[in-house]
Amino acid sequence: MDALIFLIPVALGLGLLGLGAFLWALKSGQYDDMEGAAERILFDEDTPSDN
Amino acid sequence: MTLTSAFDTLDADLFVRDGAGEAHLDLVVEDMHCAGCMQKIERALGSIPDVTRARCNLSTKRVAVSWKGNSTTGAAIITKLDQTGFTAVPFDSKMVAAIDATESTRLLRAMGVAGFAAANVMLLSVSVWSGFAGDMEPETRGFFHWLSALIALPAVAYAGQPFFRSAWKALRATSMNMDVPISLAVLLACAMSLVQTIQNADHVYFDASISLLFFLLIGRYLDVQTRAKACAVAQNLLALRAIAATLVEADGSTRSVHVSALEPGMIIAVAAGQRLPADGVIINGTSDIDTSLVTGESLPLTAGPDTQVFAGMLNLSGPLRIRVTAKDDASLLSEIVRLMEAAEQGRAGYVRLADRIARIYAPVVHILAAGTVLLWLLLGAGWQPSVMNAIAVLIITCPCALGLAVPVVQVVASGRLLKLGILVKTPDALERLADIDAIVFDKTGTLTLGRPELINGEDIADDQLALAAALARESRHPLARAVVSAADARSLSGNTNVESVSETPGFGLETSYQGSTIRLGNRRWTGTEETSASHGPELWLRVGDQAPLLFCFSDQLRPDAAVVLAHLTQDHDVTILSGDTQEATRSVAEKLHIDHWEAEKTPAEKIALIEKMQNEGHTVLMVGDGLNDAPALKAAHVSISPASAADISQTAADFVFQSKGLDAVAQAIQIAKQSRRLILQNFGMALGYNLIAVPLAMAGYVTPLIAAIAMSASSLTVTLNALRLGMKGDPKKWTR
Repeated sequence: MDALIFLIPVALGLGLLGLGAFLWALKSGQYDDMEGAAERILFDEDTPSDN
Repeated sequence: MTLTSAFDTLDADLFVRDGAGEAHLDLVVEDMHCAGCMQKIERALGSIPDVTRARCNLSTKRVAVSWKGNSTTGAAIITKLDQTGFTAVPFDSKMVAAIDATESTRLLRAMGVAGFAAANVMLLSVSVWSGFAGDMEPETRGFFHWLSALIALPAVAYAGQPFFRSAWKALRATSMNMDVPISLAVLLACAMSLVQTIQNADHVYFDASISLLFFLLIGRYLDVQTRAKACAVAQNLLALRAIAATLVEADGSTRSVHVSALEPGMIIAVAAGQRLPADGVIINGTSDIDTSLVTGESLPLTAGPDTQVFAGMLNLSGPLRIRVTAKDDASLLSEIVRLMEAAEQGRAGYVRLADRIARIYAPVVHILAAGTVLLWLLLGAGWQPSVMNAIAVLIITCPCALGLAVPVVQVVASGRLLKLGILVKTPDALERLADIDAIVFDKTGTLTLGRPELINGEDIADDQLALAAALARESRHPLARAVVSAADARSLSGNTNVESVSETPGFGLETSYQGSTIRLGNRRWTGTEETSASHGPELWLRVGDQAPLLFCFSDQLRPDAAVVLAHLTQDHDVTILSGDTQEATRSVAEKLHIDHWEAEKTPAEKIALIEKMQNEGHTVLMVGDGLNDAPALKAAHVSISPASAADISQTAADFVFQSKGLDAVAQAIQIAKQSRRLILQNFGMALGYNLIAVPLAMAGYVTPLIAAIAMSASSLTVTLNALRLGMKGDPKKWTR
């Protein structure tokens, strides 16, 4: 059971990391256009065009 | 009005707004469909120097452009898109702000938090549950419970807010909604689990309360999202028709201004073929005015100086100068707005199905819980186990599936309707539509297309029609357009070519062709005797000195009106209610075999008739498009309007359909009734789960594991059942 002492913080930390990433993506407008985001993957350029 | 004509009259720079040293412009690009379109638009705009940002939004079909300095203008951006092959229409930034994006963002954020917490708490709970079978020590279990509390309590406090707020609002108004039992169960589950954790007891329900919130937030987010999308499309429709006003300055010069900038007393110019941007009084000019969108009358009105005219009327023939009158005076519009406000109050009493069920469900559950406490006390158990069992009853009866039963069905139904071009604008519109047993149709623009079509085409020889169309092609007059489309339908376009056509506003068109003078226009223009009676809009064609030839027009029925109405009359009382003349209304009613019809009705009389029907026990659907229908749209139980409707009516209606046919009405009703059936099935299933689980909970046998299984299974069942609506295939087409 000693493994729990670092396994649980690791699990929670990873979860929090995911939550943080989600909240950041939400704030930066990445959920504003779900249909557009699905289509943008078909753009030819490898890097997002910086208009 | 077509896209291009709206574009002609709009000055894009009126919509440009400044912020942070940059200019911003929002555009609606209706023909943006795929990645290719987005890339073309963004590249084209990006190639303009000084454009700092150009971003397409495919969901809302809008483009946001920002640029620095004065080197480019809104007009230049629209021209650039036009060259690329896209028609862009500027979008009012005030309307962009009006979209309630904050609600869906807030729900999404709460959903993220609840999802994170649910996953982690469940991870700990599953370990505890397997620990019961294995050899987990009480200390480890207690530690896991504390950890769960640490994660779940803040998460519930944050993610539960949408429910707590709504429940509190309902309680303060001494009413009941589904959020009350949900909030109660979630909060009690947390409180009881905390007590259990402190006492180092066996069972905690943190996982149940947080995963419950997670499921419910998914349903609620999807619901809000679907509606936001429908509203965005509806706003685009209105933006596509926005017209600028041509303001006449004191010195006689003209400039284009945004309609909202008009003040009473200003003078505006309205060219032939344009819609009036504001209410006013004609001070100069004579013209025929198509008032069908405002009053429902299909015959144009001849208007001259001192005639009162209203926004939304179409100026047919001559240029007009109009003095704008205040919106808040005794105008038709303010009367309409007053009637609408009065009518809306009658509808405020509608209680949604879920809330109606909650009114019965919540007291029953609370009585059961109270009964459980009493029962256990009588059986000699102490206070604590009795209360624990009662709370277990509340947790197991938490209407998770009931909370999902409605939103999931509505999301699927709204999505299907959106694909058919029908927008669902109000949250309870589908539920109300499923209730109806009577339908009231407006005539002009609803049963009919609201634009003239040539009706005596068989009397007119091909070469004469071709000649008339050649002249008519030069005009924007609706009757001239109708001649052109009749000629196109007979593939006569391009057969005859005429040059140097001149248009005399208020009269007609003239040219010379093969040595003779050709005139197309009204009676005076073509020298026709005024004696013969007119039966509607008409044009005359005179070639040289020959006798003039008559072109008759009338507002035609929508192509599928007869089939759709024949179908609808099977199950519903159908009434036609028109502001138009007796004669015009009767002819339409006879063609459609409708026995109940009323003509020459004012907006107030329309409301009165609908209220009378509702007092007699009918539940009325109103389908209408005119400004004069707007109050009736609000007064009826539920309402639908076509996308060609007046702005106010479109805003007032619960549904807006974009198709040319009337089958959208039948499809909407069909899907609404299917959804109602599924919602009731879902309620049935959710209650079935409770029937099994409640006795177990009262007996004290419900462990957190059983609660989790019962809740997930019931939520999953209702969701899967709702998805069946999407698999039913396309609703029947009512066209021939």
